[in-house]
Amino acid sequence: MNFQFLANGMVAGAMIGLGAIGVTLTYSILRFSNFAHGELISWGAYATLVIAGLIGSLAPSLALSFGPFSFGPALVLAAVIGMALTGGLALILDRILFKKLRAKTASITVVMASFGASMALRALLEFLFTSRPVYFSRDLQIAMPIGFGIRITADQIALLFLTAILVLALHLLLTYTQIGRAMRAVSESPTLARVAGIDVDHVIRITWILGGALACASGVMLGLVVQIRPFMGFDLLLPLFAASILGGIGSVPGALVGGLIVGIAEAGAVVFIGAEWRAAVSFLLLIVVLLLKPTGLFGSQSR
Amino acid sequence: MSTTPLPALSIHHLVAGYEPGMPIVNGASIVAEAGEIVVVLGPNGAGKSTLVKAIAGLVPVFSGQTLLDGKEITSLPAHRMVHHGLAFVPQTENIFTSMSVDDNLRLAAGCLPASQRTERISALYSFFPDLLRQKTLEAGRLSGGQRQMLAIARALIVNPRVLILDEPSAGLSPKLVGLVFEKLQEIRSNGVAIVLVEQNARAALAIADRAYILVEGRNRYEGSGSELLADPTIGALFLGRSPTAKAEGAAP
Repeated sequence: MNFQFLANGMVAGAMIGLGAIGVTLTYSILRFSNFAHGELISWGAYATLVIAGLIGSLAPSLALSFGPFSFGPALVLAAVIGMALTGGLALILDRILFKKLRAKTASITVVMASFGASMALRALLEFLFTSRPVYFSRDLQIAMPIGFGIRITADQIALLFLTAILVLALHLLLTYTQIGRAMRAVSESPTLARVAGIDVDHVIRITWILGGALACASGVMLGLVVQIRPFMGFDLLLPLFAASILGGIGSVPGALVGGLIVGIAEAGAVVFIGAEWRAAVSFLLLIVVLLLKPTGLFGSQSR
Repeated sequence: MSTTPLPALSIHHLVAGYEPGMPIVNGASIVAEAGEIVVVLGPNGAGKSTLVKAIAGLVPVFSGQTLLDGKEITSLPAHRMVHHGLAFVPQTENIFTSMSVDDNLRLAAGCLPASQRTERISALYSFFPDLLRQKTLEAGRLSGGQRQMLAIARALIVNPRVLILDEPSAGLSPKLVGLVFEKLQEIRSNGVAIVLVEQNARAALAIADRAYILVEGRNRYEGSGSELLADPTIGALFLGRSPTAKAEGAAP
C-alpha cells in the first residue's frame, strides 16, 4: 500500500487548518460564517507575491533560495508583511461592511454580505492579476523519500513546521495572555465581557487581524506547493468550513485537526476511490462526525 | 459651602429602556453613600433590573444622570464603567463557565495595572477561600453558591467604589443566601457602596441601610431598611405575599 496520500493530505490539511482557524475565530467571536474568508487567503497570497517581487527587484540577493527550499529571505519577509496587510484588509472589510450590518441586522444578513464581499474581492483580483495562475518560484523541487514509500519536498516539510509553530503560538496566546482570555470571554458572552471591563471592539479587531494573518499564511503555503490564482481561496472555502465544523466551532486545535482530517480524507479519496469523489468524502466524514458528536471533535457542549 | 461628601453613586431622574420612545425606567432616582447597602425592590416588571443595567451601561439611557463621586458617567460604554470604579454583577450569565476560576479573576484583573494584578487576586482568594480551593476548576462546574461568590469576586477585583448586584440570591438555598448577604455586609464595611436589586425583600431589607421601591419605573417609596420593613402598606404589598415570610428573614 502506498502511503503517499498521507503526506499529501497532511500538507493540504495544514493549509486548510490554518484557514479554518480564521473561520472558527470569526464564528465564535462575531457569530457569523464569513464566506469572504477564502478571499483573504487569495489576497494574502497575491500581496505576498507582489511584495516578494518588489523586495527581489530592490535587493536581488534576498531573492536567492535557502538551501533545498524553493524560497528565500525575500519571500519570508514578504509573507510577514503580507500577513500584516491581510489582517489590515480584514479590518477594513469589517469597518466598511460587517460592523455596520452587525449593529443593525440579523446574522444571516452579515453572512449574505460576506458572500457579496467574496465575489467583489475575487473579481477585483481577476481584474488586477487576470485568472492565469502565477507562482512564487518556478524551481522544480525533488521530493525526498522518508520511508513507507512516502516522498516529501523540503518546502512541504517547512510548511508543516510553520503550521505547527503558528498553531502553537496561537494556542499559547489564547490560553495564557490577557488578550487570549478576552477573546475566550467574548466568545462565551459579549455582554459579560463588557461588564468585566473588556473592550469588545478591540477584541473584534484583534480577531480580524489574527484571522487575516493566518489566512495569508495559508495562501502563501498554497501558492508555494500548488499555484496562485484568484479562485484559490474560494475553492478552499468548503473544506475550510468542513474542517472548522468537524473540529468544533470555536476550537483552534479542533480547526487544525479538522483540517488534517479533511486534507487526508480528500487525498485518500483521490487514491482509493477516484478524484471526482474528493469533496464528497470529506463531507461524508463531516456528516458522520456531526451525527455522532454534533459539537464537533473539540467543541464544547455549551456552544 | 457644604462639606458633606458627595455620595458614591447618585442617579437623577433616569429614563432608560431598550427601544427609543418606550422607556422601562421612567425617572428613577437613587442615592448610595460609601459603606451603605441600598436595596431596590418592586413588583415584577417595575424596571429594577433595567435600572441597574442602565446604570452599568448595558441599556440605553434616554435622559437623566448617573454620578459616581459627583463625576458624570451616564452612558459611558459598559467596559469603561469598571475603570471608573462601578462594578456590576448580572443576575444570570455572571461568570465565564468555560474558563477556570483563576482565569475568570485574571481576566477581570486586566483592568488593573499589571503590577497590582497578582496581589489583588490573592486578596480576593483570601476573602473567598472556597474559590482558592477550586482555583483550577472550570467555573461551570462550581455549585450555585460558589458561582455567586466568583461573580462577586470578579466584580470586586477592580476595587470598585460602587458594587451593583442584580438578584444575587436568585436560585440559592436560604443558607447560601445568608452566606452571600454576610459577604455583602463585609464588603460594605470596607467602604464600598452596594446597590442590590432583590425579589427576596424581607432578607434584603434586613441588611439594607436605605431602600427604594420602584413601581412602573419610578420611585414609589423610600426609607431605611427598618422603616420599610415596619411600614404596614409595604408589608402588605411587598412582604405579605413574599415567599420569605415563611422563613425567618431568609429565602424559601
